Amino acid sequence: MAKSNKPVVWFPFAAGGTVIAFFIPVIVVLTFMAALGHTPPGLSYDRMHAFAGSGLGKLIIFGVVALSLWSSAHRLRCTCFDFGIRADTLVAAVLYTMAIIGSLLSAVYLLQI
Amino acid sequence: MTQMKERLVQLEVLRYNPDTDTEAHFQRYEVTCYEEWVVLDALNKVKAEIDPTLNFRWSCHMAVCGSCGMMINGEPKLSCHTFLRDYEGIIRVEPLAHFPIERDLVTAPDDFMEKLKRVKPYLIPKEKKPISEGEYKQTPAQLMKFRQYSMCINCMLCYAACPEYGLTPSFIGPAALTMAHRYNQDSRDGGRMERQEIVATHEGVWECTFVGACSEACPAHVDPASALQQMKITSSIDWIVEHLIPGGKK
Amino acid sequence: MSRRPLVREVPPTTWYFRHPLYLRYMSREITCIFVGAYCVLLVVGLQRLAAGQAAYEAFLLGLRSADSIVFHLLALAASAYHAATWFGATHKAMPIQIGEGFVQPNVISGAHYVVWAVLSFVILYLAGVF
Repeated sequence: MAKSNKPVVWFPFAAGGTVIAFFIPVIVVLTFMAALGHTPPGLSYDRMHAFAGSGLGKLIIFGVVALSLWSSAHRLRCTCFDFGIRADTLVAAVLYTMAIIGSLLSAVYLLQI
Repeated sequence: MTQMKERLVQLEVLRYNPDTDTEAHFQRYEVTCYEEWVVLDALNKVKAEIDPTLNFRWSCHMAVCGSCGMMINGEPKLSCHTFLRDYEGIIRVEPLAHFPIERDLVTAPDDFMEKLKRVKPYLIPKEKKPISEGEYKQTPAQLMKFRQYSMCINCMLCYAACPEYGLTPSFIGPAALTMAHRYNQDSRDGGRMERQEIVATHEGVWECTFVGACSEACPAHVDPASALQQMKITSSIDWIVEHLIPGGKK
Repeated sequence: MSRRPLVREVPPTTWYFRHPLYLRYMSREITCIFVGAYCVLLVVGLQRLAAGQAAYEAFLLGLRSADSIVFHLLALAASAYHAATWFGATHKAMPIQIGEGFVQPNVISGAHYVVWAVLSFVILYLAGVF
């Protein structure tokens, strides 16, 4: 029984879980307001473009999205096992790949702004 | 002296005789108990007056020895610490979950015993001192760092509660891993990296998904879940030091 | 007398129905499905933002559907439940010892809620909600 490399996936999961807890609820509220037809001024194209245009803005947005995607992917991997899906290696490969692709795409889009 | 109130208790007990049975089956017992009694008292009265073939482990009758763990209405409990007054109707009594049944309510604790040994649950002193040099000294604050985790009575209720142990029997489990943490946190100890060879494996802390059922079930307030999460963090830091920091590997 | 121990199988797909604590655990875990899906929505939003004003404003308009409102409510409930369980568990993973005592769990989770409230307020303010 060699020492596991689980920390590779667990550390970002823990960081992502913290990010989700602190940031996602309020972000959901913002887009929820847009869904209700009361888009907050900060979500307008000009404001969002300016925010995502800044170096700090890119970092913050990427950090939140990438870590949240990873944390959700890892948790879903464990949950699949709890639901009785025993093909853990396959599930892990699929979910982590999806998280990585989502994060890469975010980076690409952010760099275009 | 006030007369203790009596109550008719119905127990539905899982029976298994390895000499004659291929499966377990429930048997109903009806026994008059005192209101203040615990389930263990009811079982003892059944054994004394109704069915002497009923098997179960017990010893101290005061929740310190850890012998009498069983499933009572689907929850892992010490039968000496489970009061009849908290239950209505038929009380279902089964052997501790996730362990093979030897006979009736007696389970085979072999797996736990083996895992407990594997984590090296003893002091591996930082500096070995001969007795002539005196005692290892420890402040009250240093004691408090591990004291909670030293309260384990090895009752295995946490193993019965842990769904991951039920699904993956190779998991080393809450109590054994908490024992490793207890020694890791002890200022006299220097064996943490030795124990990491067991703790930081897939079957160690990484099988845990922080369900928290173990800490809910623990009658000694050890909080094994907290020990495991703390070891996940230290194991992750170890991994970073070992793999990402040049010269970090010993 | 020989030993013939009987092994009881754990049902791999329905074990969590055996106790309310397990059901609460599974509810906590499946919040990740809604949070993850919401993050995918954010990635789509980023793409629209990069594609220009027309695309981005169409995206915001596209959010105004009944399905979207239901999804947002689910995502809000899921992320809030995630936050509550996360804040409640942090004291176990990182106990703070001061002298011979430990900082009370309520204080640690309480501090998390305070930070969360302040952070949320600041973000809402910066977004011009009030």
